[in-house]
This record gives sequence, structure tokens and C-alpha cells, in this order.
Amino acid sequence: MPRLGVDVDCYLKTEALPTVWCPGCGNGTVVQALALALARLGRPPEEVAVVGGIGCSGRTPFYVRTHAMHTTHGRALAFATGLKLARPSLTVVVATGDGDLLAIGTNHFLHAARRNVDLTVLLFNNGIYGMTGGQMAPTTPEGGRTTTSLAGSAERPFDAVELAMAAGATYVARTTTFDMQELPLRIEEAIRHPGFALVEVITQCPTYFGRLNRIGEAPEMLLWERDHTEDLHGAGEGLALPALTTGVFRQERRTEYTEAYRALCAARGGRYGDE
Amino acid sequence: MALRLVMGNEAVAQGALAAGCDFFAGYPITPATEILEEMARLLPPRGGVFLQMEDELGAMAAVIGAAWGGARAMTATSGPGFTLMQEHIGYAAITQTPCVVVDAQRSGPSTGQPTLPSQGDVMQARFGTHGDRPALALTASSVRGAYDRTRLAFTLAERHRLPAVLLLDAVVSHMREPVDLPPPPPPARRTFAALPSGAPRFGPRAPFVPFGVGEPTVVTGLAHGPTGATGGGSGAFTADTLRAVGEALAADPDVAAAVEAYRTEDADLLLVAFGITARAAREAVDRLRREGTRAGLLDLGVLWPFPAAAVAQAAERARAVVVAELNLGQLTLAVEAAVAGRAPVYPLLRADGGLLEPEAISRFAQGAATGEARAAKEAMAGA
Ligand SMILES: Cc1ncc(C[n+]2csc(CCOP(=O)(O)OP(=O)(O)O)c2C)c(N)n1
Ligand code: SF4
Repeated sequence: MPRLGVDVDCYLKTEALPTVWCPGCGNGTVVQALALALARLGRPPEEVAVVGGIGCSGRTPFYVRTHAMHTTHGRALAFATGLKLARPSLTVVVATGDGDLLAIGTNHFLHAARRNVDLTVLLFNNGIYGMTGGQMAPTTPEGGRTTTSLAGSAERPFDAVELAMAAGATYVARTTTFDMQELPLRIEEAIRHPGFALVEVITQCPTYFGRLNRIGEAPEMLLWERDHTEDLHGAGEGLALPALTTGVFRQERRTEYTEAYRALCAARGGRYGDE
Repeated sequence: MALRLVMGNEAVAQGALAAGCDFFAGYPITPATEILEEMARLLPPRGGVFLQMEDELGAMAAVIGAAWGGARAMTATSGPGFTLMQEHIGYAAITQTPCVVVDAQRSGPSTGQPTLPSQGDVMQARFGTHGDRPALALTASSVRGAYDRTRLAFTLAERHRLPAVLLLDAVVSHMREPVDLPPPPPPARRTFAALPSGAPRFGPRAPFVPFGVGEPTVVTGLAHGPTGATGGGSGAFTADTLRAVGEALAADPDVAAAVEAYRTEDADLLLVAFGITARAAREAVDRLRREGTRAGLLDLGVLWPFPAAAVAQAAERARAVVVAELNLGQLTLAVEAAVAGRAPVYPLLRADGGLLEPEAISRFAQGAATGEARAAKEAMAGA
């Protein structure tokens, strides 16, 4: 594992620190893991673009030294699709929240997965709307307390992994900010994967989710993540609590969209691509 | 000369290719669909990207993303889709992203009468986004005009780094006229020079350099400074940038040149119109002239920035000004402000999906010239 501060500096905009994020927020952990993954892949920063939506997690583009686009609420994937198609040689990573991707942006999520565009989606799932102050998200667990569900949510949450699988994503994984061994590995795999890749990261929002649900501050939330997740292959079995499964749910090859488009152009005499 | 019958929407697609457009994202909607279909047919053999998105929010977002990928990007829609695009038109404005949006207007509001023409998006093209921004909206009243104005939209979008809007209507989009359009140039890869380290990326005179060229850039819809970073005076920087872009646009001679004056030299009855209504008004001018009235027309090929100087100058000699438009008085507001009391302004309005025919325009204008319309206007105000 590369040492922090040596290998990852070229991917992080250290002059933009400190971040806007609250102390103990999990977002920084995901950004650090992204930088680690890029360093391991050896992608030059100028060949990478990070596209963020709106929300706390959507601010990620400000902390990376790659090309970066901070877009609008829910639409990061649509911007990223245009960018990737116009410049297929770029590695495009999308940083998005659970409200951003699974409420206002669900349509773009499903369609980008269906097209199998070579994009890596990092879903920062904190189970709540952080930026707007702790409202219910489509991922808030049943009974979960938020400022718009103080008595506990009566809604059934979305499962991003199931949605991505149904829509046709070709790499689908879930992990947590608790697991700093696995998190950068999954991101690395997802970026390397030629096709639409989702890495759902269960991450802590101590400020709203932690407090409103009386879980505690960041350390307690990380332990909560550990105790509420179960590895796909059985590790952690026998947990008393209803657990979220982590691991790689799908990793398969299907024609990637820019490849398919290149073939479509070629069949009509056109040369597509920027290489 | 190789005259060919070409539909307005086909001319838009040809104009886009002539301008070097190599990316189109859209969503089907009458009466703009043929632009989408044409681009789907024409772009792949040129290696350009055609993308049918899941909705118009996504189409506009993809266009902006593609622009930052170095593409000359465009979309085409009609009123309902134009409404969905507004958030991202604002995003394109604040991020100084060159791109082109065609709005083939149809009768509204809401689904309205999808196949019937309207000019009801005049104010949406100006003020549809939240916040203030420079707006560019061109129009066309002929098939050839649709071709030329599409090209101009790309030129101005790039020169001023903004989203350029081309307002058509169901009739101009669907009518066919014999035109001689040159074949599109072969596709050419765009090249960009990397900026020196630390050079401003945003601001009134900063050149547009997309991703993948030189040092990484950050683009945001938040107020930002010259490097794209937020904080510290970025509110003022962004506001000043948008104001300066608007001023440069308003002073651009190519914008002013989009106004077509028809027989206005000695006109004392001035008609003001655009799009299909200007087409009818042109004929109305000829009729009035035959009847001995010195009428003239300003066919506004550009609505925003409003060509106030051209309107004011032509109104100087006029006894009356008639604005004909297919809405309930949107352009009239701007004309009244520009005329500023030099002559009475009489709006001839229609918003039921029907057209203003030359005969109706000439009759109304004749009345305006003789004061009958004033009586009609007063009667209407009293009703
Ligand atoms: C069109 C639009 N609607 C609403 C908002 C307000 N808004 C900003 S962030 C946000 C939700 C953020 O939640 P999430 O996506 O879960 O991200 P987090 O802040 O938790 O990282 C909302 C509703 C907005 N910016 N734009
Ligand atoms: S509100 Fe929550 S998600 Fe947002 S920065 Fe604070 S801890 Fe993180």
C-alpha cells in the first residue's frame, strides 16, 4: 500500500483544505481512497475528471487536482455522459450523494447504467440529506429519524445495488468507510472496469444521521457501519441486526458504450474517438 | 446553383454541421424532432456524437459536459423541454460554457397544441433561468435564415462563451423552401492551446480551454473566481463577469447585423416582428405600400440582447409602430421600452395556435396608421 502524503499528493488539492465537511464526516475518507486508487492505477491527474453533483459529497471536485466539474443536483451522470462521449480517453469518476443519485437523479442513474458508459460512480450513502440539514433520503432506513421523519421513516428505502444490477451496470460493489483496506481496492477495480461501475460507500454523517438516530459521533458511527454490514461471502454472519451486504455483486464484460458507438460510426465510415 | 427543397429543421442540422458541430444530445419533441433525427443520421458518418438522452435536463447537461470535453455541442427542443433545460442554461451561463440550444416554439402553456406554432418563449429565452445572466436569442423567418442563424449561434456562443438560443416556431421548422446550401465541410478535429500555468480560466476575456488540455481545471455552478475556485470575492467576480459578457454581446456588430430592415428607409408606419410572423409582415408591408402607405418592417433576427438602437432609430420617423407576435405581448414590452414614446405602439397579438396572416396584419397596421387601432386598443383596455 503506498504511503499517504507521498503517492497521493498529486491527486489532492491540499491548498483547498480544510474541506467544508464537518469533523468526523466520512466524505474525506472516500476522497482519500479515491486518491489512493488513482495513485495505484498511475493515472495522470490531467487524464482524469471528477464530476460531482450537489450535496456535501458533491463538493468532492474541489479537493482533487484532476479536471473537476461540480454540476447540478441529481444530474452529474448526465454531464459525465456528455463529457465521456466527447472525450473517451478521459477517466471519468462521478461523486454523488444518495439524494443526488437516488432521488432527483434516479433517471440518469438508471440510463447511464443501461448504456454501460465507462463511468465510475462513487455513491456516498449516508442515509440522509446532509447539505440541506438532515432530511429524509430515499435510502433512510425504515424507522430512521430525520428532520422530515422525526417519528421514524415509514418508507421502504431504495437499494442502490439492486437498482444498478437491474438497470444493467456491469460492475457493482458496496463497501464502507469503516473498511479502509477494501474501499480503495473497490474504487480501483471500478475505475479499471471498462463499463458502468457503481461503488456504493456506506459513509457516516455524524452531524445529522448520527445525532438524530442517537448513534453518536464518528467513532461510534464507524462501529455501527461495521456491525450493520455483512460480507457477501459470509464473514460477519450471525449478526443480530438486519445487515447490509458488502462485497462485489457483479463484475462482467458487456460492450461498453463508447466502444459500441465507435463501431456504429465505423460501420458508416466515421472515425470516432479522441486518441 | 443547386436548389433543393429543404425543411427548416433540416437547415438547422446543416447549419450546425457547417459550424463544426460534432455533438448533439436531445429528446424527441414536436416540432423539433427532425433536428434530432437529422443529427442522428448525419453525425455518426462524421465520427460525431449523437446521444438520445432520457430527458431534456439530461440532454442539456450532456451538451455542457461535452463542451467541456472539447466538443461543439448543441441540443434542440420545444417549449416543454426548453422549460426543463432552464436550470442548465443558467449553469452554462455561470460556467461560461459555449453551446447552442434550438427551441422550436409550439403553442402552450403545457402540452398546449403541440403541432401549432407559437412565439410564447420570448421571455423564457430571456428570463427562464433563476438569477441574472447575459442572454442571446436569435430567430429566423426562412429556411435559409434557419441555416445562417444556426451558424451564427455557434460563432457567438464561442466568441462570448455562453449558451446561444435559436428560437424557431412550428412553421419555420416545418416549412420547405428551395435553397442552395453548401455541402458541410469535412469533419475536423478541434485543437486548443493549453493555458500558461495560473492563467485565468474564467472572466470576460478568459479563453475557453476544455478538459484534457493542459493543467486540470475546476468548473462549478457556484460563484467562483478566475481559477474556478470558490470563496473570497467570488460573488463579485461572477456578477462582474456575467455583466461584462452581456455588454460585449450587446456591442457585437454581428448581433446588430441580425436585424433585417425591409423597406424602412422612408417608412412612417413601422412593423416589428420575427419568425413566421415577420414572414407574413413582409407581405403586409408590400400590400400597404401598394395601397399608398409607407410601411416598413424590422424582422428581428435577434431578440436578446434586444436591438433597442435599431428599433428606436426606425421609430424616429414613424407615426405608429405595430408589433405582431404569436403570444400575449412579450416582445411588445421590449419594443415599447425601446420606442420610449417616440410613436404609439400597437400590439397585434394571437396566442391560440393560429397564425397572423398578411391580410390581418396589413389591415391592423392600416388602422394603427389612421388611429382606428388606438380606438380599438382603448376599447380593449376598457373591456
Ligand atoms: C434542483 C435542486 N433541488 C434542491 C436542492 C437542494 N439540495 C442541495 S443538496 C440536497 C440533498 C443532498 O443530499 P445528498 O444527495 O444525500 O448528499 P449529501 O449532502 O448527504 O452528501 C438538496 C435537496 C438543489 N440544490 N437543487
Ligand atoms: S452534514 Fe453530514 S454529510 Fe454533510 S459534511 Fe456534515 S457530516 Fe458530512
